[in-house]
Amino acid sequence: MSGRNERELADLLRAAIAGDARSYALFLDRVAGLVRAYARSKISHGGVDPEDVVQEVLLAIHLKRHTWLPEAPVLPWVYAIARFKLIDAFRRRGRRVEVELDDIAETVPQPEVETVSARDIGRALEGLAPGQRSVVAAISVEGRSVEETARTLDMTESAVRVALHRGLAAIARRFGRE
Amino acid sequence: MDTQDLIRAMAADTGRRPLPLRTAWRVALVLAVVAAGVVFVLALGPRPDAVAALETLRFLFKFVVTLALAGSAFLLLRRLVRPGAEAHAPLGWLLAGPALLLAGVGLELLAVPAADWWARLVGINARVCLTFIPLIGAAPLVLFLAVLRHGAPARPALAGAVAGLLAGGLAASFYAAHCPDDSPLFVATWYSLAIAGLAVAGAILAPRVARW
Repeated sequence: MSGRNERELADLLRAAIAGDARSYALFLDRVAGLVRAYARSKISHGGVDPEDVVQEVLLAIHLKRHTWLPEAPVLPWVYAIARFKLIDAFRRRGRRVEVELDDIAETVPQPEVETVSARDIGRALEGLAPGQRSVVAAISVEGRSVEETARTLDMTESAVRVALHRGLAAIARRFGRE
Repeated sequence: MDTQDLIRAMAADTGRRPLPLRTAWRVALVLAVVAAGVVFVLALGPRPDAVAALETLRFLFKFVVTLALAGSAFLLLRRLVRPGAEAHAPLGWLLAGPALLLAGVGLELLAVPAADWWARLVGINARVCLTFIPLIGAAPLVLFLAVLRHGAPARPALAGAVAGLLAGGLAASFYAAHCPDDSPLFVATWYSLAIAGLAVAGAILAPRVARW
């Protein structure tokens, strides 16, 4: 069933690591769907926002994509990261959970804590240094290219790339603390 | 900023190629051997009869044990920094060094009269051993922790402990060339303690250093 999924995702990620942004966006979009289903199946209600987990997992995949070996299967790698981040998210909210690696469909027992405010990524953007924030916002929210952003903000393209990368790393770190 | 925005930002960030883990390991291992070697030569140096000692079994056996530990720790650690590969990491490999050492201790107990056991275990160099194995292994441990930070250890404390065993096995391999105590009884006692110290340090540091 997942054999085709696996092959296609591996091809996309290989192309992405070689520098193909379009394949990478496709890969991340499909992985987001898988992780969303996984997170929803694990989070019964309240406490942790599944979409937060999706974003954390995508950032971790991005920043740690070199930990995937091109000859190894992609899905176990993706789910291992998702599981790690999900447990981390529960732990930060003071709950103990066991998430079985081999049983992806299994659900977590009903959480007892009721609500924790869902943090939105807008807050994560606000936490960035001004230079990084304008670059990340231009490329993500406004959908500009690196070249356009460089022109608009009067920066060199490589400065934009550096700010973008550091900005994403800073958002990931911030997620991990909240 | 929703998930699609985030994906757009990450897709724009493909230009920067992260350092492959394989390269990171290679660099870290070379630097670790050089750093350990420099500290060893400056602080201790090989014992005067090291070349002659190469013909004695007990002297050689020390290297067999320490290198078996370092080798098994490295093979395991390579898996522990990759998500998905860590789940079924064969921890049993780590027993290679201790099992060899245990066999060596058994043979030593057979070969040496009971009256001499205690003297062999205490040796003459225990304090130097406890000081210099951690000292030689400190820089390698820092380097290996840096690789953990670059990787993605899902079990960071375990990965840190194994990094400490690798650093300890490496440091002990250098230290063994200096130490005049060759009895497996001495190695099993003092080397183990010194290496365990590095493993504990790694287990404490890694969850802080290699958070991801």
